[in-house]
Amino acid sequence: MPKEDNQVVLTMRGICKQFPGTRALNHVDFTLRKGEIHALMGENGAGKSTLIKVLTGVYEKDAGSIRIEGVTGEAKIHSPQDAQNIGISTVYQEITLCPNLTVAENMFIGRTRSAFVNWQARNKRTTEILESLNIPARAKQELSRCSLAVQQMVAIARAVDMQCKVLILDEPTSSLDEKEVEMLFGLMRDLRDKGVAIVFVTHFLEQVYAVSDRITVLRNGELVGEWPVAELPQVQLVATMMGKSLNDLESLELVGQKSVGSEEVVYEAENLSSTESKPFDFSIRRGEVNGFTGLLGSGRSESVRAIFGADQVTGGRVRVKGKNVQIATPHDAMKNGIGYLAEDRKRDGIIADLSVRENIILALQVLKGFFHPMKREEMEAFADEYIKALQIKTASQDTPIGSLSGGNQQKVILARWLLTHPDYLILDEPTRGIDVGTKLEIQRLVLKLAEEGMSVTFISSEIEEMLRTCSRLIVMRDRNIVGELTGDQLTQSQVMQTIAGGKQ
Amino acid sequence: MTAMQPDLKKKKRFERLTDAQLLTIISGGIFLLMYGAALLLIEAFRKPQVFFDITNYYSYLIIIACSLTVVMIGGGINISVGGVICLTCMVCSIFLNNCGIENQTLLVLATFVIAIGIGAIFGAFQGALISYLEIQPFIITLGGMFLARGLTTILSGGENVPVSETNPFTLWINNAAIKIPALGTTRVRKGQVYVNPATLHWVTIIAVVVVIGIYLVMRFTKFGRNTYAIGGNTQSSQMLGINVKLTRFNTYLLSGVLSGLAGFVFMMFNGAGGKTGIGLRSEMDAIAASIIGGTLLSGGVGNVIGSFFGAIILGTLQKIIWFSGLQEAYWQDMANGVMLGIFIVMQSVVLSVRGKGKMHLPEWLKYSKKNR
Repeated sequence: MPKEDNQVVLTMRGICKQFPGTRALNHVDFTLRKGEIHALMGENGAGKSTLIKVLTGVYEKDAGSIRIEGVTGEAKIHSPQDAQNIGISTVYQEITLCPNLTVAENMFIGRTRSAFVNWQARNKRTTEILESLNIPARAKQELSRCSLAVQQMVAIARAVDMQCKVLILDEPTSSLDEKEVEMLFGLMRDLRDKGVAIVFVTHFLEQVYAVSDRITVLRNGELVGEWPVAELPQVQLVATMMGKSLNDLESLELVGQKSVGSEEVVYEAENLSSTESKPFDFSIRRGEVNGFTGLLGSGRSESVRAIFGADQVTGGRVRVKGKNVQIATPHDAMKNGIGYLAEDRKRDGIIADLSVRENIILALQVLKGFFHPMKREEMEAFADEYIKALQIKTASQDTPIGSLSGGNQQKVILARWLLTHPDYLILDEPTRGIDVGTKLEIQRLVLKLAEEGMSVTFISSEIEEMLRTCSRLIVMRDRNIVGELTGDQLTQSQVMQTIAGGKQ
Repeated sequence: MTAMQPDLKKKKRFERLTDAQLLTIISGGIFLLMYGAALLLIEAFRKPQVFFDITNYYSYLIIIACSLTVVMIGGGINISVGGVICLTCMVCSIFLNNCGIENQTLLVLATFVIAIGIGAIFGAFQGALISYLEIQPFIITLGGMFLARGLTTILSGGENVPVSETNPFTLWINNAAIKIPALGTTRVRKGQVYVNPATLHWVTIIAVVVVIGIYLVMRFTKFGRNTYAIGGNTQSSQMLGINVKLTRFNTYLLSGVLSGLAGFVFMMFNGAGGKTGIGLRSEMDAIAASIIGGTLLSGGVGNVIGSFFGAIILGTLQKIIWFSGLQEAYWQDMANGVMLGIFIVMQSVVLSVRGKGKMHLPEWLKYSKKNR
């Protein structure tokens, strides 16, 4: 439990950090006290990592001040070494130790001034530390032979042995299993009781409540607030992270005629898993619009990527229109009538230097095979048809797509998939970064396509948008499906509660 | 936590060896097997002199294999070593012909300093470019190789530069050997016993001292351990507070110095005299020796004891082929190639079976997890 004397170890005030095009941190304050585990929360892109990197000297802050106990005046942190020297140690998600060296070496390398290595002393001291922290490893063991959790703990032991005042754990649990997480938590509690101030960054909500004493929430690079953990229930935390107040949400109106679809199941997956996603079951009916929701990083995009075969599929059975099929690559998916509009338009969507026409016909050309080239007139006719139908604003169909606005680029990609006449279309964040008018157009288009019998999976960060279009919402948390909402349940507060884990 | 303890105790001795140690032991074992087989099958091999011939002749290769190993452990590569050997021999020969120093000790020392100096200059320049300007080591040392060979040709005008029989240096190296009658052969002719003693040249001793010295440096100094760390994971090393750039620079400096030393050793055994063809392709042999000795090209794993075995494995192989009557060079090249292939596959297999190889084994070769 947090100590009563609440001695402040670290204060960050008015931290600003600008990157080209985005303001990553905007006057963020952060306070850390002795002997507490302080969770730093926020969605992806909220500024958690940037704040940590400013604190550890990986980035230089643009403005603001950092003060740490034991250093008079402002702490000057220009490199990870500076941070270490004043007592700030970090253990990252990826283990930043050397796998080819022994545990003992990893504890001490880079810290000694002496030109020679005293192996005996090193191994002896390491054994003592490992024993005192109850870490199940041997000093002489090669680090790569330890489990990830133990490697993580060795990294923590190193930090602790360096007399750190502030220990930052950046997503330390993301590659650990439950038992290992428990081991790590045990170590964290031990250290807290010894007076170390711990910053804990994670996207696992339960874990926050399992070990933390205090929570600071960031959103869009700004500080939302700081709460003792007892005063911020889990559902409230989710609302805070997303920037919605619960009362606002209840009154939100639903617009448009939603499509539930017919009885026929178009796509069905059982235990589908990929290298990026955990096994899940999923099915969609003809003419249905459903959605995957969850916090950023909850695994919703990874799930649809598995459906489309965009990540390496590792298991599961898939039926398309009742027939068993194998979908291992995007090409397989396309042949089975599945289209996928990728989340990252610039990377996975447009080919910037090709013309609007070439970008439109791309998917169809792939389906036909490259040995059956399409006639020029045919291509032009298709392009014209879709430019008109989707009201794509472009000088001509020969304009390179890179020179179009984001919304129009998105429409071109949409046209590319519509041209293949898929039975099942997956839209991953189709409305991200485009203007409100076009957003509405796309939402309307989705409903219209569904009416015509196309099944659509719609993913968006904006819950309102999904509530407006989807008749069924699949809720994900920590890479698992944790709920499915239909009909009356489709309210924003219900969605948030499901994301948070149903606890009030 | 207690649940994990029995697991730890169960680990066998085999598992406790590090990859580097395991690969070194393998290369040593292969050498013994190969030499043992040769002793059994080839009568000419049974003279101890054959072994000394190998170590004497390949002493320069042992030294540049160490030079390569140090760089490769740090995650780099240096293919300029052969060129540096050649340049060293040429510069030293020109120096010996023109300096006019009569005092033998002084002359030998001066030559030694020049040889080491040339290596150090090459190492320092290459190291600076690679580590501080972050240019690909392959490209820089390829340039270094061309530069060294080009300089050799310019200095000599493309001609061989012989050093006379009466030069004090030549006289010095003529005596740079230890005769061991006990291991030699005896012949009785007309009632008279002639002893043909085994000859252990000083260069072998130098090479062995270098191997032991570099081994100790890599094992017991901060520089050595930091080299392993940057080869294992550069980014982590940075985070752990290691001066990555200085460490990398030092590996190339050390590698350069060893190349210069290898040039000096080459002259000691083969006689002073510059030729443009000296050390041609020796960098490739050295890379092969390092790899056979268990150094991974990906960095972080390896040790010079293994590289020593690697070099003498190559030497033994040459001898075996020679004594088998296949005296054309291409047989030796092919044997080297096959050997290297076998070793690389074997390393991958060993590392994969231990569960962390870069290369994946085919399914049928993996033993299933149930058996573990």
